[in-house]
Amino acid sequence: MSQSLRTPASQVRGLGAAREGTDHYIKQRVTAIALIFLVPWFIGSALIAAKGGYNSVIEWMAHPLNAVLLILLLGAAFYHMRLGMQVVVEDYIAKVSSRQALLILNTFVVTGLFVATSLSVLKVWFATG
Amino acid sequence: MATSQGVDTKPLSPHVQIWKWHWTMAASISHRVSGCALYVGTVLLAAWIISAATGPEAYALVEAFMLSWFGRLVLFGFTAAVTYHFANGIRHLIWDGPGLAFSPGAASFVSFLNFLFAIAVTIGIWLFAYYV
Repeated sequence: MSQSLRTPASQVRGLGAAREGTDHYIKQRVTAIALIFLVPWFIGSALIAAKGGYNSVIEWMAHPLNAVLLILLLGAAFYHMRLGMQVVVEDYIAKVSSRQALLILNTFVVTGLFVATSLSVLKVWFATG
Repeated sequence: MATSQGVDTKPLSPHVQIWKWHWTMAASISHRVSGCALYVGTVLLAAWIISAATGPEAYALVEAFMLSWFGRLVLFGFTAAVTYHFANGIRHLIWDGPGLAFSPGAASFVSFLNFLFAIAVTIGIWLFAYYV
């Protein structure tokens, strides 16, 4: 038996003092790996579509492959953003009430933007495609 | 441990002013700054998508902003933030996964390459945007 002060149950659970273990670390990296593929696709694909103006953008967004990839991009990016901003708030905002308020605001902003943008993509896809 | 003069001889955590500026430090700070910039800039991306679903008039407003000099400046900054955060993010994944390029020399060199990548790819994307 080691000299650790942690109980055997705590060591088996592996959740540490913050009670969430490696959850945050792994999610930040899994979303990052998804974005390695999705971001270059989006920059190239959306840039060409946007150059053609409104009709070209609608045609692009209504294509099933583009709609699916775009929603995947939005999901990965907003999740990644939420985790990143959470760490920034936790690092710099010492006052507990402000910190908790900003962490909740972070979740609300990101969730709101994800729902609004992904439903927009679906609307264009179902109305046009 | 306190000496007879009451001076603490334990090493102190360095203060902001006496850090020597170096590449890995600049890369780390830039990663966080570009991440925060992307958080704000994503509102513009969201506006672009939502306006497309709203209709031609709404889209025209967002498009007019993006094509204005200020909009182009914001998009250029957004492009630079994306390319930098992308390159440095891959560096972090390589550190966390295979654990390569961890020696001080290699880490500094890769940090320098990240900035070079961001500048080159940002210029490349904008040349593509204007001439293709």
